[in-house]
Amino acid sequence: MEDDAPVIYGLEFQARALTPQTAETDAIRFLVGTQSLKYDNQIHIIDFDDENNIISKNVLLHQVGEIWHISASPADRGVLATCYNRTADSKVLTCAAVWRMPAELEPGGHESPEDAASPAHALELLCHLDHAARGSTACVVWEPAGAGGRVISLADNHVLLWDLQESGSRAALASSASLEGKGQLKFTTGRWSPHHNCTQVATANDTAVRGWDTRTMSQIYCIENAHGQLVRDLDFNPNKQYYLASCGDDCRVKFWDTRNVSEPVKMLEEHSHWVWSVRYNHSHDQLVLTGSSDSRVVLSNMVSISSEPFGQLADDDDLSDQEERRPEEKSQEPPQDSVITTYEEHEDSVYAVDWSSADPWLFASLSYDGRLVINRVPRALKYHILL
Amino acid sequence: MAAAAAGPGPGSGPGDSLERPEAEAPERRRKAHGMLKLYYGLSEGEAAGRPVGPDPLDPTDLNGAHFDPEVYLDKLRRECPLAQLMDSETDMVRQIRALDSDMQTLVYENYNKFISATDTIRKMKNDFRKMEDEMDRLATNMAVITEFSARISATLQDRHERITKLAGVHALLRKLQFLFELPSRLTKCVELGAYGQAVRYQGRARAVLQQYQHLPSFRAIQDDCQVITARLAQQLRQRFREGGSGAPEQAECVELLLALGEPAEELCEEFLAHARGRLEEELRSLEAELGPSPPAPDVLEFTDHGLTDVRQALAAPRMAGKEGPGLARLLANVASSILSHIKASLASVHLFTAKEVSFSNKPYFRGEFCSQGVREGLIVGFIRSMCQTAQSFCDSPGEKGGATPPALLLLLSRLCLDYETATISYILTLTDEQFLVQDQSPVTPVSTLCAEARETARRLLTHYVKVQGLVISQMLRKSVETRDWLSTLEPRNVRAVMKRVVEDTTAIDVQVGLLYEEGVRKAQSSDSSKRTFSVYSSSRQQGRYAPSYTPSAPMDTNLLSNIQKLFSERIDVFSPVEFNKVSVLTGIIKISLKTLLECVRLRTFGRFGLQQVQVDCHFLQLYLWRFVADEELVHLLLDEVVASAALRCPDPVPMEPSVVEVICERG
Repeated sequence: MEDDAPVIYGLEFQARALTPQTAETDAIRFLVGTQSLKYDNQIHIIDFDDENNIISKNVLLHQVGEIWHISASPADRGVLATCYNRTADSKVLTCAAVWRMPAELEPGGHESPEDAASPAHALELLCHLDHAARGSTACVVWEPAGAGGRVISLADNHVLLWDLQESGSRAALASSASLEGKGQLKFTTGRWSPHHNCTQVATANDTAVRGWDTRTMSQIYCIENAHGQLVRDLDFNPNKQYYLASCGDDCRVKFWDTRNVSEPVKMLEEHSHWVWSVRYNHSHDQLVLTGSSDSRVVLSNMVSISSEPFGQLADDDDLSDQEERRPEEKSQEPPQDSVITTYEEHEDSVYAVDWSSADPWLFASLSYDGRLVINRVPRALKYHILL
Repeated sequence: MAAAAAGPGPGSGPGDSLERPEAEAPERRRKAHGMLKLYYGLSEGEAAGRPVGPDPLDPTDLNGAHFDPEVYLDKLRRECPLAQLMDSETDMVRQIRALDSDMQTLVYENYNKFISATDTIRKMKNDFRKMEDEMDRLATNMAVITEFSARISATLQDRHERITKLAGVHALLRKLQFLFELPSRLTKCVELGAYGQAVRYQGRARAVLQQYQHLPSFRAIQDDCQVITARLAQQLRQRFREGGSGAPEQAECVELLLALGEPAEELCEEFLAHARGRLEEELRSLEAELGPSPPAPDVLEFTDHGLTDVRQALAAPRMAGKEGPGLARLLANVASSILSHIKASLASVHLFTAKEVSFSNKPYFRGEFCSQGVREGLIVGFIRSMCQTAQSFCDSPGEKGGATPPALLLLLSRLCLDYETATISYILTLTDEQFLVQDQSPVTPVSTLCAEARETARRLLTHYVKVQGLVISQMLRKSVETRDWLSTLEPRNVRAVMKRVVEDTTAIDVQVGLLYEEGVRKAQSSDSSKRTFSVYSSSRQQGRYAPSYTPSAPMDTNLLSNIQKLFSERIDVFSPVEFNKVSVLTGIIKISLKTLLECVRLRTFGRFGLQQVQVDCHFLQLYLWRFVADEELVHLLLDEVVASAALRCPDPVPMEPSVVEVICERG
C-alpha cells in the first residue's frame, strides 16, 4: 500500500461486464466478462494483492458467446450469472445462464503464470435462465441477502423471478410480471434492493425507473422521465432504504427518494457524455462512483444525502473530550457535496464501475478497450471519513 | 549771526560760479540763500541786487547792523565834496521825515484799535447785567407755577382714587358677568358650532374657576362649564372621528382637543389612524377611478408585466421558427419591444420624481427611490428576472425538447448576449441619467449583470446544442436500434436517415447563421478537404481494417492501440460552446456522432451491415465536414464508428472504397 497510484490491467478483448465477487469478503476479486464475436469469450478472475500492489488473474472460458452482463452470487463464491449474446440463424439472442467456476480456482491466488497462459478451465453450466417466448435478457440480479437461491432476470419487457433449486442446477420460474404499454418496451437494467427484507426490485426502461414488489410482482412506484434520455444504471443506497441512484444518457446522476418520486433529491452533472454506471460504496454511502462514455470515472462525495451527513455520531462524542479539535470540526460543517476525484486513466468509454466487496476503499472500472483500472479512495478522504 | 551767515555768501558767490561751469547750479544756490536771508530779515535786494555789494560789516552802511555814525560821517566828510554832502544831507532828512510819519501812522492806528476794543467790552458788560435780571424773573415765575400745579394735584387726588377704584370694580363686574354668562355662551357656541370660540372662552375662564372653586356659586358655574366642555369635547371627537372633510379641519379639531386638555398620545394615535384610513380610502377611490384599465405602473408589477409581454412576444417564434428568415427580424422586434417597454415604464416611474410632487424632493424618498426602487428594483430586477426566465427554459421538465422550441432557445441566447455586450450598460446609463442616483447604498455593478447575462446566454446556447444534438441523436439511435443489421442486404444506397441528418444539420446551420457569426475554423481549404478525404478514407481503411481480417487475437489489440493513439486527444462531447455558428454546429455534430458510435457498439453486424455503416459514414463525412471547426474531428469520430462496427461484425469484409464513393455520390 505504498501509494494511491492506479493499477491497470489489460484484457485482449473488448469488455463491458464487471462485478466484484460478492460473496468473497477477504480477497479483493473482480470478475470481468469479455466481448468478442470471433474468439472464445473469457471470464477473467482478477485478484488484487493490496499489500504488494500486484494483480493476478485466472481465465475461464465462456464459450457460449460474448458477455454483456455478469453478476456474482452473494452467497456462493463459485457461482455467477452471465447474460450473453448467441448468434443463430442470423439472429442475435441474448440469453442468461448461471455458472459454477471450477472448484480448484475458487480459493484464488493461483499466481503461476503458466496457468494463466493456458486457459484450459471452462465454466460449468448450472442452468439456463431462459424462457421460450421471453426475448433477450438484459441483466440478471441476485437476491442480495439469503442463500443465493433467487435471481431476477429482465428479458425484454418481462421481470422474471427464478428459484434456483438443487444447488443451482435447476431454475424454476417462480413468478413474473410484464410491462405493458405503447411500443416496444424493453428493460435496460435493474437492481435488487437490499432493504425491506429483499422484497423490492428497481428496473429501468427507456427514461423511466420502476419499483416492483417481488412478493406480488406488482409495480410499487414509477419515476416517469427520471432522466431526459435513456436510463443506463441504477443502484440502491446500502444504508438508506428509500434512496436510489440512477444515471443515464442525459449525462446526469440523480438521487431519488422512492417515497417521493416527483423530484430528485439531488442531481450531479459531472460527465460530458452518457453515464453508464453508478455505484454506492457498500459501507460509506456518501461515496458514489460513476463511469461514463466520456472515458472518465468520477468519485463523488454525496455527504448531504448520505446516512452519515455529519460524520459518525460516535466520533462526535469522542471529539467532545478533545477540546482543541472541536473548532475545526465545527468549521467543517455543514459538509459539502463535492467531486472527490476524476479518474482519467481510461481512453475509451467506461461501461462499468464497481466497488470491491472486500475492501471498501477500493474500486475497479472497466472500459470498452479492455482496460481494467483499480483505484483507491484518496487516503486523506478515507481518514477523514474514518476519524 | 546774520553777518556770519551772509558773509560767505557774496564772497564765495563768484568762487562758486567759477568753480562750477553749470549755469543753473549757482542760480539755485542763490535762491536758497535768498530764502535763508529772507528768514533772517535781510532784504533780497541787499543780498542779490548787488552781487558785489558792500561788506555787511561795513560800518558805513546805513542799513547795516554795524553802522557807526561817526565812521560814516568821517567817511562822508573825507570822501565827498560839498555838493554831494548837501545832497546826502537832504536825502537823509527826507528819509528821516518819511520814517517819522510812517511811525506816527502806525501808532495811531494801533491806538484806534485799542479804543474800539475797550468800547466793545464795556457794552458787553451792560448787556450781561440786563440778562441776569431777566433770568431771576424766570426763576420766580417757575416757582409759582410749580406751586400751583402741586395745589391742583392735591385737590384732584381724592377723586382720582375713587375713579380708579370704580374702574376696577367695573372690570371685575364684567369678568363676573362673563363668568355667569359663560355656561350659556358655551352652550350657544356649541350649538352654533363655533368650537374655536368656545374653547377660547373655556380657556380664559378655566384658571379663575379653578382658583375660586371653593365658592359655591363659582363651583356651580365650573360644574356647568365642565359639563358643557365635556359635551364640546365629545362633539369635537365625534367630528374628528367622522373624519370631516379634510386634513386642516382634522388638525383644527386636534388642536382644540389638545387645548381642552385631552391626552396628547391618544389623540396622536387616533389622528394617525384617521389619516391612514383616509389615505387608504383615497387610494381606493383612485384605484376605483382607474377601474378596469390596465394595472397601474407599479414598480414591482411592471417587471412581471414586462415579462409577460416578452413571453408573449417570444411565443411568436414557435410559429415562425421554422421559417428561418424571420428569426433575425424577430430578435430585433423582441429587443426593441423590451427596450421600449423599459423606457415607457421608466417614464411612468419618472413621474414620481417630478418637481410638483411634494415628496419627490425629500432626500429620504428620492435617494432610496432612485437607487433602490428604480435602479435596483425595477431595472436590475427586470434584467435578472429576464435572465431567470430565459434560464428556466433550459430546465423545463420536457427535457426531451418538446416543450421549448430550439429556435426560441437560440433567439433568447442571442438576446442575452446582446444584453451583455450593449443593452445592459445602455439601460443602466439611461436610468442613471434620468434618476440621478445620489444614494450611497451599494448598487449592482454593470459587470455583474453582464456576467449573469453572458452566463445565461451560454447556458441557453449549450442547451440549444444539447436539444438539437438530441434530436439528431434520437434519429440516429432509432435507426441503429431498430434495424436488423445481421440480415441486412448489400447496401445500394445511403440510408434515408443519413440524408435526413444532413438535411437537419443544414437547416440548423442556416438557423444559427441567422443569429450568430460564422466563427473560426481550422485553416483547411474546402477543395482539398474533399480530395484528402478520398485519399484518407481509402488509405486508412486499408491500414486499419486490414489487420482485423487476419484471424489472430493480438492484431485485435493492435488495432485498438491504433485507435487509442489516434484518440490521444480526448473529445469532450458535451463541451461548452462558444458564441459562434461553427462552435454550435461542432457541438451538435459531436453529440450526434458519439451517439452513433455508442449505438453501433451495442449491435452486432453482418457483413452487409458493416458495409452499410461504411456507406453511411462516408456519406456523413462528405457533408458534415463543412459545418465544423475542425474537420479532423468528424473524420476521427466517423472512423471510430466504422472501426467499432467492424469489431462488432463476425464477418468483417469491408466494401471497396471506390464503391462506397460511387454509392454516396449517387445518393
